[in-house]
Amino acid sequence: MNQFRGQALSWEVRDGVIELALDREPCNEIGSVTLAELATFANALPALETEAHAVVIYSDRRCGFCAGADLRELYTRSQQMARNEAAREVRSFLESIHHVMNTIDACPLTTIAAVHGVVFGGGFELALTCDLIIADKTARFCFPELRLGLIPGFGGIPRLKRDLGNALVRDLLFTGRSFNATKMQQAGLVSQVVAEGEAVRVARATTAQLQKFDRHTSAAAKKFIKSIPYDELKQEIDLFCDLFTRPAVEAGLRKFVESTEAQPYLP
Amino acid sequence: MANNDQTLQEILNLAAAHFKVPPEKLAPDDDFFRTLGIDSLQTLDLLTKLENHFHIELPDYELQGVSDFRTLASRIQSRL
Repeated sequence: MNQFRGQALSWEVRDGVIELALDREPCNEIGSVTLAELATFANALPALETEAHAVVIYSDRRCGFCAGADLRELYTRSQQMARNEAAREVRSFLESIHHVMNTIDACPLTTIAAVHGVVFGGGFELALTCDLIIADKTARFCFPELRLGLIPGFGGIPRLKRDLGNALVRDLLFTGRSFNATKMQQAGLVSQVVAEGEAVRVARATTAQLQKFDRHTSAAAKKFIKSIPYDELKQEIDLFCDLFTRPAVEAGLRKFVESTEAQPYLP
Repeated sequence: MANNDQTLQEILNLAAAHFKVPPEKLAPDDDFFRTLGIDSLQTLDLLTKLENHFHIELPDYELQGVSDFRTLASRIQSRL
């Protein structure tokens, strides 16, 4: 399946690059529909890899790359179930999204997240699975989960620890504030900061450079350099599920859902 | 280092240019959410522009309760 068009995303192989485009209103929030299509992508990836030398993930939404988990869906579904049933469903969701994230993280091809605007929560976690992040000047990175009484649950903490110093990880998590692309480049997380609207073009130009190198060697180097913290990722799921049952989470989700703003991104 | 009035004027000019409104339409004590009709996402956009323009970091929680340009200027001034 070397091309796909779904409700939340699409992909195609273009000039030897697997391009995954996120496109779900309002800002690519990751709920059940997006998860199902991401899982389809993850399952198709091994076959796609044989036809390509790189992967680029980007968003077609003006607001940004991805605003994170679909909190409205999470709240609505959790309210329709008994607490232990909701906890089981959340665990199942997390295990599925982790499978997707781990598959992209372990892809032997070089992967690039071309981001703009909001790169929040699960969206930030998706970008962290990629080898390179190319951000345009509008990009802002944030883990707002503590505002909801939660921690990042899609693999963000182990991947942040892999890529950043612990002090910055603590700042990101404990304050829940957003950081601009320049700050993230200074921190070593963002590879290139480019003009507004140019992230995808620059990502494609970067893939042209990647194409010059032997694929087997690039894959071997990636496996050598980039470890995937599987044990910690499982621990993150356990901690998230433990926190999810607390009343503070229901209160935080309710506050988000009842907000009168269309996209309440400020703390 | 710029004083508060200079900082305020730069913010007004930047906001006018970014949101494409005539500068004379913006006043220091205007509620920028109401005057510019912006939401939280556009506020984050403005925040990025301000950080890049003034070469500062301005945590978004510093914007809590801030809705006018004059108060925004004092928040920025404290980081210059």
